[in-house]
Amino acid sequence: MISRSEIWETNKMIQEENLDVRTITMGINLMDCADSDLSRFNEKIYEKITTKAKDLVKVGQQLEKEFGIPIVNKRISITPISIAAAGTKADSYVSIAETLDRAAKEVGVNFIGGFSALVQKGATPSDRVLINSIPEALARTELVCSSVNIGTSRNGLNMNAVGRMGEVVLETAEKTADRGSIGCAKLVIFCNAVEDNPFMAGAFHGVGEKDCVINVGVSGPGVVKRALESCRGADFETLCETIKRTAFKITRVGQLVAQEASKRLDVPFGIIDLSLAPTPAVGDSIAEIFQEMGLEQAGAPGTTAALALLNDNVKKGGVMASSYVGGLSGAFIPVSEDNGMIQAATMGALTLEKLEAMTCVCSVGLDMIAIPGDTPASTISGIIADEAAIGMVNNKTTAVRLVPVIGKGVGETVEFGGLLGYAPIMPVNTFSCADFIRRGGRVPAPIHSFKN
Amino acid sequence: MKGIITVLGKDKVGIIAKVCLFLSENGINILDISQTIVQGYLNMVMIVDLSGSKAPFDEIYAGLKKVEEEIGAQILLQREDIFDSMHRI
Repeated sequence: MISRSEIWETNKMIQEENLDVRTITMGINLMDCADSDLSRFNEKIYEKITTKAKDLVKVGQQLEKEFGIPIVNKRISITPISIAAAGTKADSYVSIAETLDRAAKEVGVNFIGGFSALVQKGATPSDRVLINSIPEALARTELVCSSVNIGTSRNGLNMNAVGRMGEVVLETAEKTADRGSIGCAKLVIFCNAVEDNPFMAGAFHGVGEKDCVINVGVSGPGVVKRALESCRGADFETLCETIKRTAFKITRVGQLVAQEASKRLDVPFGIIDLSLAPTPAVGDSIAEIFQEMGLEQAGAPGTTAALALLNDNVKKGGVMASSYVGGLSGAFIPVSEDNGMIQAATMGALTLEKLEAMTCVCSVGLDMIAIPGDTPASTISGIIADEAAIGMVNNKTTAVRLVPVIGKGVGETVEFGGLLGYAPIMPVNTFSCADFIRRGGRVPAPIHSFKN
Repeated sequence: MKGIITVLGKDKVGIIAKVCLFLSENGINILDISQTIVQGYLNMVMIVDLSGSKAPFDEIYAGLKKVEEEIGAQILLQREDIFDSMHRI
């Protein structure tokens, strides 16, 4: 029988250390909604999404109550729209984004992701329409998230798309300039995007997936931090072991919620994504974990090593706890969403260059970083290219979610609100890479892609 | 289905009685009960069997919330599975 101390340990994790199920994400295939008529396509996707996900929020709330653990978000991911909508031959997909927004509001979810295109090797006419529609789509909707995959370790990098996405990020910032350029917080540019990620803004339902699937994202940086308090001064073996054990426990809770949600919704279970995803709340921060490990601030020498061992041991604990660990699983390092990161960036301990180094060993990439609004598009493309190169060469997912805040410069702050938090605007290297980006074409696949 | 009830709050007369009365009225059997009092604060854990109750989980949950208001101590009801998952392989 469960002991009293085990009961208190679990409940302390939930009540004091911010353990939560960050999201139950329902992946929905929209390929069977294909139509040559745009308005018919919109009707069909609205119908399919609102039918499949009609009970998602209700079931999420029930499970929250029964297990006594918060399920912070309920979300939907869909087939990349550039694929599902290709048959419409429309010249703008903004109306599709608006339909998705309406469907998401109808079923009560927090986000819907998959206004996406996969252009790692080249873009179809439909991919181009989607990419051109992103700024307007993100300005006119609230819950729609967009992502574009511009490279893979298998295919190399599509530098035409890298160049274009720099412009798209800036256009999106301008179109939402009155709201702190928040449109950019809903746009991710990936290298090696994964098809079953439940986290936003990069979630989409991959083409190799079932018709409908439940993926669950669990989080708990606060729990890891608290666990590490018990091994202050201990050696690295003890440190790693503690992280691993904690990650195991957290993942088991996610597995339980995922199985139960899958049963009640009668939708197959896909994966558990164990990602330490911080929130702006005190005690729910990756940077505070670094401090607990012995660094004065995030960004101090040693930060990359600390992140590497954190990420690795989170994965090791996670894979032992569930047969289907997937998605991104590891430690996220968004700046605006993490109280300790915000502080470190504000006092100059954490720079963009150090963050780039950290992305070599974290679970994703440069995330939620506010930069000056007058940053040229080519510079944003250069940052995307650097980040994608790291992903391509190291066989890992990398991503860029930068927010050029129109009308603001270094030293000012921008407030996004809610889980997105607030951020100081960080300086960007001002030397130009415009001629480099202008070359266009493709970067061929790296040598280690030839594994056949 | 087994449930775990935890009660945390300032100790006073009748806390356990009120919780137990509610459980018996709803056909919920208590399998195990333990409590400690530290500096005047009651800390109680009960393991209960919910399968004998005709009321759905939601109703029992709501009922316990009413008891919570009456006695002024925090009451949590959770399915046992969450603890099993976390602490047992």
